[in-house]
Amino acid sequence: MSIKTLVLRTAGINCDAESEYAFRSLGSQVDRLHINRLKQRVSLTDYQIICVPGGFSYGDDLGAGKIFSLELLLWFKDQLQQFLKKDGLIIGICNGFQVLVKTGILPDTDFVQKVTLTDNDSGRFEDRWIHLKVPQDPSHPARRIWLKSLPEIIQLPVAHGEGKFFANDKVLDTINGSEQVALRYVDASGKVSGYPANPNGSLESIAGITDTQGKVFGLMPHPERCFQEHHHPFWQQKEKVTFGRKIFQNAIDYFK
Amino acid sequence: MIWRIDVFSQIKPNDHSVCSHIQDLGIQKACEVTVRKVYCIESDPPRNRIEDISRKLLIDPVIERFTVSEGFYEKPPGPGEIMITYNPGVCDPVSLSLAKALGDLEFDAKNVCTGRAYTFEGLTDEEIRYVAEKLLYNPLIEHIVEYEKVKDLVTLDVFSGTAYSFRLNTVPITQATDDELMEISRKGCLSLNTAEMKLIQRYFKDQRREPTDCELETVAQTWSEHCAHKTFRGLITYEERDDQGKLIESQEIHNLLKSTVMKATEDIGSQDCISVFSDNSGVVRFNEDSHLCFKVETHNHPSSLEPYGGASTGIGGVIRDILGTGCAARPFASIDVFCFSPWRMSYQDVPKGLLHPRRVIKGVVRGVRDYGNRMGIPTVAGAVVFDERFLGNPLVYCGTLGLIPHDKVEKQVSCGDVVIVCGARTGRDGIHGATFSSIELDETTITLTQAVQIGNPIEEKKLTEAILRAQRADLFSAITDCGAGGLSSAVTELAADHGVRVDLEKVPLKYAGLTYTEIWISESQERMVFFTQKDKIEDIRRIFQEEEVEFSVIGEVTQDKQLALFYEGNQVCRLDLDFLFKIPRLEKKAVWVRPQEIRIALDEKDNYTHDLKSLLASPNIAPKDWIVTEYDHEVQGGSVVKPFKETGNIAVSDASVVRPDLHSEKAVVIGLGINPFYSDIDPYWMAALAIDEAIRNIIASGGTLTHTFLLDNFSWGAPTDEKVLGGLVRASRACYDFATQFGTPFISGKDSLYNEYIVEDTRISIPGTLLISAVSVIESWKKTIKNHFTKKDDLIYLVGQTKPEMGSSEYFRQHNVAGGIVPKIEPYACEIFKKLSEAITKGYVSSCHDCSEGGCAVALGEMCIGANIGANIFLAEMPQTENMRSYELLFSESPSRFIVEVRKENKENFEKIIQGVPYGLIGCVSGDEKLLIHDKNNDVVVGASLSELKQAWIHTFSEFR
Repeated sequence: MSIKTLVLRTAGINCDAESEYAFRSLGSQVDRLHINRLKQRVSLTDYQIICVPGGFSYGDDLGAGKIFSLELLLWFKDQLQQFLKKDGLIIGICNGFQVLVKTGILPDTDFVQKVTLTDNDSGRFEDRWIHLKVPQDPSHPARRIWLKSLPEIIQLPVAHGEGKFFANDKVLDTINGSEQVALRYVDASGKVSGYPANPNGSLESIAGITDTQGKVFGLMPHPERCFQEHHHPFWQQKEKVTFGRKIFQNAIDYFK
Repeated sequence: MIWRIDVFSQIKPNDHSVCSHIQDLGIQKACEVTVRKVYCIESDPPRNRIEDISRKLLIDPVIERFTVSEGFYEKPPGPGEIMITYNPGVCDPVSLSLAKALGDLEFDAKNVCTGRAYTFEGLTDEEIRYVAEKLLYNPLIEHIVEYEKVKDLVTLDVFSGTAYSFRLNTVPITQATDDELMEISRKGCLSLNTAEMKLIQRYFKDQRREPTDCELETVAQTWSEHCAHKTFRGLITYEERDDQGKLIESQEIHNLLKSTVMKATEDIGSQDCISVFSDNSGVVRFNEDSHLCFKVETHNHPSSLEPYGGASTGIGGVIRDILGTGCAARPFASIDVFCFSPWRMSYQDVPKGLLHPRRVIKGVVRGVRDYGNRMGIPTVAGAVVFDERFLGNPLVYCGTLGLIPHDKVEKQVSCGDVVIVCGARTGRDGIHGATFSSIELDETTITLTQAVQIGNPIEEKKLTEAILRAQRADLFSAITDCGAGGLSSAVTELAADHGVRVDLEKVPLKYAGLTYTEIWISESQERMVFFTQKDKIEDIRRIFQEEEVEFSVIGEVTQDKQLALFYEGNQVCRLDLDFLFKIPRLEKKAVWVRPQEIRIALDEKDNYTHDLKSLLASPNIAPKDWIVTEYDHEVQGGSVVKPFKETGNIAVSDASVVRPDLHSEKAVVIGLGINPFYSDIDPYWMAALAIDEAIRNIIASGGTLTHTFLLDNFSWGAPTDEKVLGGLVRASRACYDFATQFGTPFISGKDSLYNEYIVEDTRISIPGTLLISAVSVIESWKKTIKNHFTKKDDLIYLVGQTKPEMGSSEYFRQHNVAGGIVPKIEPYACEIFKKLSEAITKGYVSSCHDCSEGGCAVALGEMCIGANIGANIFLAEMPQTENMRSYELLFSESPSRFIVEVRKENKENFEKIIQGVPYGLIGCVSGDEKLLIHDKNNDVVVGASLSELKQAWIHTFSEFR
């Protein structure tokens, strides 16, 4: 059976084409559809994977991902619940991560917003490569699917102005307790550290989280931009790493 | 009624960026500033509906709270409080998104607006207003909401009272005297001269009627400098004299553009040029499916008045040029180049009517960032030049590259096609933008507010998606963008060979009250015009509705070669297109006085380490990572060589490389050349050196001369000054000479003239500036190489000859030395490029970097810093002319030179290829983190640790990071 992926877009989403390319080049069928098309006839349960890509949905005008998440809640809440029940995987990248937390699909797939991603402490948009720490315990939710067999320290680029992960202490405790933190910003040696290693001031250097099952994955860095051999800034020095490709591959392998 | 919602963040109350600049304004007080978002919604009660909407839509519930109050102000604002909103009619993207979201929630709002409320502690009201005006808002687009003016306001619709009722306006000109004609031109802001006005007068005398205002405006737009490039296409009587005033040469130049820049392309006759100088961008061959498009534009005048809006609409405009090429190309990368004034000046020293350079720099960078990033088009290359003369007239160049399928290059227009306008609605924006760009700036320009606009990138993003989908479905046969001149230019240009009828009331408007002429010439952003057949409208509707893009059929192509405009059935314009496009030729005089170039000798110093550090710290040389990281330069997934790399070391790239089609290994290399300082000696060499620099950047990154194409963008002073025009002629001639010498054709270009401003009765002209953008198509991204050292013990070569060409160099300017000998390109430059390309392609070169501003010493410094690997260099081994002094060898800016790193095992192979042009083995990559340079006596003249060099290099822009 061929795997079907839905790459969802709306006005202002702008990483949809390369996200489609990533899934397609690894063998998935991909539909890249505008949310208005989805409203007409498409059923989410036709797909195994949903990708909410990066960009500036509606310009992020009322806050990053705000209007897009409102539309998902208004029109697709039931369908998304069914999709999650049916063992589907969801990945939200950058703006897509912001959308997933604002719909409340992350952290707990209960459609209640508990965490947020807000303005970087630096006060500005930054596009650069950073180091991330990947959990290595095979029972860790993130390790089960999305981050399977990735090394302890990986590099990916971030490109955002609103990526500071924020939640109150109680919520943070819960997330930590159920091992939902998938990625943390670290320095080159793997230590949690302040700016610039942590590019946005995220609490506890959180760069990505999953739901408790590890099926829904949201992250600020861009795996689709560490997909080709020429993506890493120092590929010419033989740093031909494609950590991002592995993340997409893991999702596809899950259904094999 | 009006509801006001204030949103309070619980985690980031203070705006430190404001506090840090208050001191610069001369206010030596401690203060605190908090800012919050404000939304105003006009709707009927009840209040709990508004609270519900606010909770769902306007706040982030994790970190924000809100209050709801009635009216703009429920009570007079407290001490230290001000609120800023957009002026009526100025595009406010947030309010458009808010209206869309309210629609999703089926909430009936009549109007919405947004603002920011600031609370200051520690400043007087007077100080707050001063701070606000200098730092927080621009009166051209925004204002402080005054309690007294809005306290009784019940509606946000400021245009409701101005519904338009049709009245035809004619302008009596057929009997007017010359003086009266000029008065008509001046009053109407037409920027037409007497001769042009008389041509129009004669036309209407023959027609036996007076023109309508719309007809006059249409002619003025079409004949404007901005649209018609009258100077470049006019008749120029050129004289060249020596410094004694003796006539050396005189020539009548019929069409400077055709006889220089375009002639180079014609003479080179490259098979790879698909469409040059005819469409909205230049089109060249890329691969078996697609061609490559490239266009660069300037947006200087708008950026000087409102940097953020000017720069954002600049990038927005050039993206539409790519969309409007052929039957639409897909934009895949952008570039930007800026010329600013140095920013370390006190606010008191900024002349009246001008903005502080710091505000210009930040505004321009933010403008490109916000627009480019939201469009999802990576901004991959750029340059920044600093000179005092750009204080009142910064230069903002924006360029975009695109891919277009082979079968979409041609536009087809047929009688009976319908004319469709799509995208944003039309407002009173930017009226007279085209004619405005032909006027010099002065203090009163500030009143020409309609020429300033704010961009709405999401509108353009939607438009792009809709158009590219329609293109793939073959739903239109011709398209162009609405740029300067608005519908007037777009529609008439597409229909020039046929004729067209337009019903102006069918154009969707932002608000009521626009006259038929305003609709026709408005320069509202984010609009495109395309032509198609009637039976395709339903398919177009399906796509455009899904993408949420508005479109309207506004007219039809005819075959009477007339432009016929109607408003509600009334004819408001009927012009023969042949008359309209018979653009009168200007006659101008140009003079060039040859400078005397004398070698200026400075005293030798024992050590040049300090001088090298000063050069590395020059704003023209120091790295612009703070700009690059604010741009999303990796979106679309095609990034091969980034403009700047950082993971520990900062490495700057000569050129950027992008792979636009992920199904093909082919890549494009983008190199830029700009150095206006050489114009102070001779614009001919300024232009030649810009070409050399752009090509050097391509070669040093792995591109080859044979697939390299050039774009020219002139920014010049007033061509009414014969010396200024003389310089322009010189520069254009260099474009011909060196494009043909290198075999690199020009494919597109643009000129921006009248870059002057007046401060206290003194006219300040920018230095004649030519930006050369070069693009090279390479077979595989794998062929690109690094621009910094890679391995200990590698050999370091300098290719190209060094001469005492210090005129206008970074070194001389730092030492306040005017004059000297300007660098010149040798006939063997082309051989250097070819041989080096061959060596690189064959894999014999480990890294390569060109020598430009600051000469070979700066190039060596950058190559060391980029990898944190030192080098040991011997000046005696450099190919050089006789009697060279150390500072000349170190800092001369002689062109066509490269520092090349070669592995020992490749020495023979490399030398076999490179022989025949000047080269020298000048040293090796060392094991320690030091740059050591020895003079001809083997004494160390530069000895510095890489950390101190890096510190000098990156410190300059620390306040912007």
